Amino acid sequence: MKTYQGTKFTKEHEWARADGGKVYIGISDYAQHAMGDIVFVELPRVGKKLKAGEQTSVVESVKTASDIYSPVSGTIAEVNEALNDSPEQLNAEPYENWIAVLEADDLSELDKLMNEQQYADFCAKEG
Amino acid sequence: MEKQEQVSNGQAEMHGQPEMHGQPAKTPLYEAHVAAGGKIVDFHGWLLPVQYGGILKEHENVRTKAGLFDVSHMGEIEVNGEDALGFLQQMLTNDIDVKPGKAVYSPMCYPDGGTVDDLIVYKLKDTDYLLVVNAANAAKDFEWLKGNKRGRLTVTDRSSEFAQLALQGPESLTILRQLMSDDPDQLKYYHYTTETSVGSMRVFVSRSGYTGEDGFEIYCRPEDAVRLWDMLIEKGRPYGLEPAGLGARDTLRLESAMPLYGQELSEVITPVMAGLQRFIKPEKGDFNGRKPLLEQLQGDLESRIAGFEMVDRAVPRSGYEVYRSGQCIGHVTSGGFFPTLKKNMGLALIGGETSNTEAGGTIEVKVRDTLYSARIVDLPFYKRNRTR
Repeated sequence: MKTYQGTKFTKEHEWARADGGKVYIGISDYAQHAMGDIVFVELPRVGKKLKAGEQTSVVESVKTASDIYSPVSGTIAEVNEALNDSPEQLNAEPYENWIAVLEADDLSELDKLMNEQQYADFCAKEG
Repeated sequence: MEKQEQVSNGQAEMHGQPEMHGQPAKTPLYEAHVAAGGKIVDFHGWLLPVQYGGILKEHENVRTKAGLFDVSHMGEIEVNGEDALGFLQQMLTNDIDVKPGKAVYSPMCYPDGGTVDDLIVYKLKDTDYLLVVNAANAAKDFEWLKGNKRGRLTVTDRSSEFAQLALQGPESLTILRQLMSDDPDQLKYYHYTTETSVGSMRVFVSRSGYTGEDGFEIYCRPEDAVRLWDMLIEKGRPYGLEPAGLGARDTLRLESAMPLYGQELSEVITPVMAGLQRFIKPEKGDFNGRKPLLEQLQGDLESRIAGFEMVDRAVPRSGYEVYRSGQCIGHVTSGGFFPTLKKNMGLALIGGETSNTEAGGTIEVKVRDTLYSARIVDLPFYKRNRTR
């Protein structure tokens, strides 16, 4: 599975990747697979302030609605409007398609998250 | 990500008879589903595939080619005896005094008009009837029928003696023709035959289904199920036949506005409220629920099931509240993204003024504490082009 160097993961199956002071967030391949066909993404409002672990958006598949939590604290700087028309992109390429970009309060929060190998082990245990 | 708590109206808590000692039951095809990559879920005490490749793909495949469903979890109850006809006429709202060979869909009601279940009756002989009932209700239905027994008849649970495969989609006829000893096209919609075979296996074939497409429901002995499944898949593959799971079964039936017990029908949702007027025959004589249902047919209806389409961007789901002019007037019974129509739509139980359910009217659906605009539409949402 191709991700990107330095991508970090939460136990709730979100990913986060820093680019300067900004942090891109999305859902992992494990998450999209578990949800099934994604048909709708409720994007957060630009300017919304969030703490790490707070709900940032909702991803809905044919069968279920899933809450997506922010991996880090910060302010929503940008949202991926393309997902309004093609939410299925989260199934097709979960690591190419971010949901939102945060202006992070404290980049060191990323250090608490799992790296790619740790996350792979974590998923293997989840089955 | 975390799955949101399912808002539901109690349907999820009901369990069918197979779940004894907390162990969910397997159909004869369980291993085949696992081998085919089926994602297995516990559905009312039965381990069944919710999907194989993906719900959207399976849904479209049934609409355009053909899909094969394992519906062996459905319950079968036989009623035999010289008083069987009179007894079933009393228990069911539809008229089942038909020629053998004709299948009849019917609600089964309580005396107050609430729904026990909806089912299909196959009249085998004047004295023999086979009822095919929802898996979740099989034990309840059996007890209900047994408890209300009148006259010379027996009620027998035959669920463990049948497996059932549903071959659905426009290519179903062509596929079944390769395998069936008689021409399946001799069966008109809602007709069946017990005198036929597929491969060398004795089967019972009904031209019916729960998808809104042409199709056949094939009943066989449990020990023949795997062979029958494999044979159908092998012969059907060139025509695009693929296995389909419970997820697609639900989106297909919902798009065709077919009710699901526990959502559009329940102990408190009568068949009249669910829009099933044409399956209620007051002229046949007395039956359970006749008086209250007749009153509802004459217009005394406090709420009814209506179809709606979201105007705003939001996915409506079972249990969400429905508003009009700031007032809660009902709730969504089934909803979601409709794969063929590519819209967010649903069915809702709506009360108050009759105008609340008139097509074109505006309602609002509450999704995660926000009201989103929707419009009442005519049913069914989807109707296939009948070429025959």
